Amino acid sequence: MSLHRIIALFMRHIYLYRRSLPRLMEIFYWPFLDLLLWGFISLYLVRYRENLPNFVAFLLGALILWDILFRSQQGISVSFLEDIWARNFLNIFASPLKPLEYVVSLMLVSSVKIIIAGTIMSLLAWLLYSFNIFLLGISLLPFILSLVILGWAIGIITISLILRFGQQAEVLAWGLALLFQPVSAVFYPVSVLPPALQAIARFIPASYVFEGMRGIIHTGSFPHHELIQSFALDTAYIGVAFLFFCLVMKTVKKRGLLAKIGE
Amino acid sequence: MADPIVEVTRLTKFFKTLKAVDEVSFRLEPGEILGFLGPNGAGKTTIIHMLLGLTTPTSGSIKVFGLDLEKHRSEILQQANFSSTYVSMPYSLTVKESLEVFAWLYDVRRKEEKISELLRIFEMEGIRNKEVRHLSSGLITRLNLAKALINSPKVLFLDEPTASLDPDIADKTRTLLRRIKKERGISIIYTSHNMKEMEEISDRIIFLHKGRIIASGKPADVVQSFRRQNLEEVFLQLARGEKA
Ligand SMILES: Nc1ncnc2c1ncn2[C@@H]1O[C@H](COP(=O)(O)OP(=O)(O)O)[C@@H](O)[C@H]1O
Ligand SMILES: [Mg+2]
Repeated sequence: MSLHRIIALFMRHIYLYRRSLPRLMEIFYWPFLDLLLWGFISLYLVRYRENLPNFVAFLLGALILWDILFRSQQGISVSFLEDIWARNFLNIFASPLKPLEYVVSLMLVSSVKIIIAGTIMSLLAWLLYSFNIFLLGISLLPFILSLVILGWAIGIITISLILRFGQQAEVLAWGLALLFQPVSAVFYPVSVLPPALQAIARFIPASYVFEGMRGIIHTGSFPHHELIQSFALDTAYIGVAFLFFCLVMKTVKKRGLLAKIGE
Repeated sequence: MADPIVEVTRLTKFFKTLKAVDEVSFRLEPGEILGFLGPNGAGKTTIIHMLLGLTTPTSGSIKVFGLDLEKHRSEILQQANFSSTYVSMPYSLTVKESLEVFAWLYDVRRKEEKISELLRIFEMEGIRNKEVRHLSSGLITRLNLAKALINSPKVLFLDEPTASLDPDIADKTRTLLRRIKKERGISIIYTSHNMKEMEEISDRIIFLHKGRIIASGKPADVVQSFRRQNLEEVFLQLARGEKA
């Protein structure tokens, strides 16, 4: 792996965001609207059901965490689409760049976007609803990392599918993460799911994160077990996602689709 | 004779049942401009993409700098580069920024100097801070060529580099390419369906039709072998399927 090639692609995206106001806005726009909407809804609900004191924490915590996963995935797939939209893809892949370097550079871009969006959202939650997500503890950080990694894995699968099936698969760039939402137990515990979905949830790293988060709010104790399980699954996910990417790349080169992408 | 820069042996590419490239063999000698000429769909782009490892051959072998492309792709591409009319540079970046990205990608030493030099050669100093999206197609072509020289490559693969240019700019670009080739001893593979362009720029041409080499040699010899006045006529003859 070569650092300068990763830096090159990272720079390309930093330049892009520095230069494009709409793209910069995009980092803040959705998180901000989500936060406003759900924040006020939860405030409203709490006003009428005072026996649910943790409701705001549950909902906002879940919301911020889910958004992190979503951003992480988008960070990968949107950056990839930028090169296709700019018809720059062949120039990049005609260089000595290796698949792993490409993927790592996308992860890097995704990380920066998450750090910015996450900071802004946490700040807003605190300003608007006096909700301090870090009261849940610095213990939350490993859970965030776990979600980011899952987001990367979903992002890599997404771009592989776009590579293979072309622009018609672009909708996936916006949708694949949502497929994971019901079984990630974001807004409710795994136990409310029917047995079949519960079985699936056991293989979704994010379900352990959201269970863990609720555990922290409820009992205040740190859910080691959940964390380990989510990281173990994450490792498998990212490995499989990367293998899938390499495999798709091979097929795409066989079918001569690299040049056709974006047409 | 010196070792060839590129050596291709019986290169074949099937897309499903379509034979896009059919047992093509050729050598690119040091300091040579080799032109691939042929109508649309002849297989020119497919060959270029196989030389870059962007498309996998069905069979045959490709050696660049004496190395097997499949095994040494990254190493080879470090000393090669590519430009095509159908490929662009990042739209939202400025001319200078986009060259910077590629300078990093190819690990160029003294990046600033190299970029300044290329901007000077391609007469783009005045627009270094202009965004790529605002450039004319002629300027984008020049920027693409500047990018293709960023790593001081030993070999260049140019896929219809002048296709979107008006005749005047296209002519200037060819003059520039000849000069660069002469000054730096770069070897170039060049594709086009423009006969006149090929006669003018190539040291040697390979005439492709339906994926097969149907003639090759010095431009004048190829024309002669078909007993025609110029490549244009040869081209028309072939494209219309008349017998030579
Ligand atoms: N990815 C692909 N899948 C299927 N057919 C392709 C693909 N790429 C090129 N072809 C076909 O292969 C032939 C050669 O194409 P190409 O190399 O682009 O020709 P040229 O560059 O000489 O115009 C054409 O018939 C084209 O339609
Ligand atoms: Mg072509």
